[in-house]
Amino acid sequence: MASVTLDKINKVFGHDHIIKDVDLDIGNGEFVVFVGPSGCGKSTLLRLIAGLESITDGELSIGEQVVNELPPRERGVGMVFQSYALYPHMTVYENMAFGLKLAKESNETIEERVMATARILQLEELLHRKPKALSGGQRQRVAMGRAMAREPRILLFDEPLSNLDASLRVQMRNEIARLHHRLGSTMVYVTHDQVEAMTLADKIVVLNAGRVEQVGTPQELYQRPLTKFVAGFIGSPTMNFLPAELVAGTAEGCRVRANGVGELPLPQEPGRHDAGDALTLGVRPEHLGLAPASGDNAFEIVNVEYLGNEVYVYLEPKEGDTLLIHRSEAPSRWQTGERVALVPDPEHVHLFDAENRALVAKRARSVA
Amino acid sequence: MTSRQLNKLATRIGFWVLVAVVLIYAIFPFYYAVITSLKPSSELFSVSYWLDSLDFSNYVAIFSQGSFVRAIFNSILVSISVVAIALLLGITASYALGRVRFRGRTTVMLVILGVSMFPQVAVLSGLFEVIRGLGLYNNPAGLILSYTIFTLPFTVWVLTTFMKQLPQELEEAAIMDGATPWVTITKVFLPLMWPAMATTGLLAFIAAWNEFLFALTFTLSDDQRTVPVAIALISGGSQHELPWGPIMAASVTVTVPLVVLVMIFQKRIVSGLTAGAVKG
Repeated sequence: MASVTLDKINKVFGHDHIIKDVDLDIGNGEFVVFVGPSGCGKSTLLRLIAGLESITDGELSIGEQVVNELPPRERGVGMVFQSYALYPHMTVYENMAFGLKLAKESNETIEERVMATARILQLEELLHRKPKALSGGQRQRVAMGRAMAREPRILLFDEPLSNLDASLRVQMRNEIARLHHRLGSTMVYVTHDQVEAMTLADKIVVLNAGRVEQVGTPQELYQRPLTKFVAGFIGSPTMNFLPAELVAGTAEGCRVRANGVGELPLPQEPGRHDAGDALTLGVRPEHLGLAPASGDNAFEIVNVEYLGNEVYVYLEPKEGDTLLIHRSEAPSRWQTGERVALVPDPEHVHLFDAENRALVAKRARSVA
Repeated sequence: MTSRQLNKLATRIGFWVLVAVVLIYAIFPFYYAVITSLKPSSELFSVSYWLDSLDFSNYVAIFSQGSFVRAIFNSILVSISVVAIALLLGITASYALGRVRFRGRTTVMLVILGVSMFPQVAVLSGLFEVIRGLGLYNNPAGLILSYTIFTLPFTVWVLTTFMKQLPQELEEAAIMDGATPWVTITKVFLPLMWPAMATTGLLAFIAAWNEFLFALTFTLSDDQRTVPVAIALISGGSQHELPWGPIMAASVTVTVPLVVLVMIFQKRIVSGLTAGAVKG
């Protein structure tokens, strides 16, 4: 077990600057998830930690040791690959023992470690099978076992569940979470799936175009996204965005006008922004109330999705082509074709400026 | 019979006639060599397509010559050495060319391919100087060297293509497990590359086994010759007699190991040759 510190890490491939000045502290025993859209550099960042890519600039420490120049085997990291990458010609036992053999461990130690790992992952029955005779979930567990058998200080996961079907994915997600509770080891996990990130992480790192957008607990990211990108990325269905305009700053915060919503008093402080500045209003589907309405300001309901426990109501937007979404518990009184007004809950409205940075509410700041 | 049935019958007959033609075309020369080798020399020039009796005197004759047995031994030594060296160098080169990114990789590949385009006779005199300079004239090592030159480009190309198809993550998994490139090649890649190795190894073996021009040029004495040259130099009692019987017996004898090898590796050859075509 160990902590990991990234200090101004940069990675350049040819002319592409993939990772830009990433600073990050990963605590001992923490489960950290790198999340972001494809091409944001999350896998590259993981591979930099693993030692599979060289660091262009910056300093990477594991424990107290700077490991920039160390090869992977001396960093004490284990990695689980997306395609599992099991050795096809070796049995499950040999797969898990391979790293230990290369480390010149004694036969007793190898057997002891492999058996202990197999017990944790319930692989004892499968030790003499070859990978091709295993199901997807079993291969996944063997891949984890191979990474764990050498007792690395840090376990790295590169989108380990993306090759599994939906139900198995939920099951393996649970197993990984329980594994982390049991082992208490430091884990770094890469995914593009924000649900995996939310459910597994102690700490989520949202990456966008090679930069860290925000680092925080799942709750922090959900409730107080610092940028419009994070707000849109975390949460499903995604947050609704409405173009808005700052009317004035007030003692409680500010007043904002949005097309189709009217003027809203909000707790956010305008800061350096002046009346008339363009802003973006962000409201999560569950905080977007609806009321019957008519006239020019009303929105039309274009679709209603019934999911059993809840209902998604889709509204034709005034601008752009992204449908607005309202979420409520089933049953819903709304039907396709009805016209409604938006009633956002002012307590849960987010404001973003033209640079996509969040305006901070007064209360939130006094808490912080 | 309706015309449709007739048509069907005609198609069937046509098909089997075609099969027969192809079979005779492919097999007859070899068949004729076999039966010729099994006839006593007195019957040699009476044309017959069937064997009336088995006569092994031709085989006895060639095996009683020390030089022929010696030539078989030389051929085995040369061919196996060529295969071993070509595969060893081929595997290591294909790792570099297939897995390591470096400047000029494509150029190297093209040069390798280009070298293999030259006909043997074009490099014969130059190679002769090299071999004499190295003191390998009239020595099996000289043949091993020259065959390897012509076998390597093919070996490297096929193995590189195969190596490129092995998943990147497999190599990275080995690196994470602490494997050096040599361990990765021998413990992870080699077991997965058997089909390709069997194919290229066998083709290299056949090429070395059957090679004539270099073998004739670079050897002088009987005890250094390989089989193809030894067969060509089998002579009769007088200059007016060509000893067809012993020549055929020798030819059949040296073909049998190849046929056996191909049969053993048949399945692997097929899977090796098609490995690049469809993702297995």
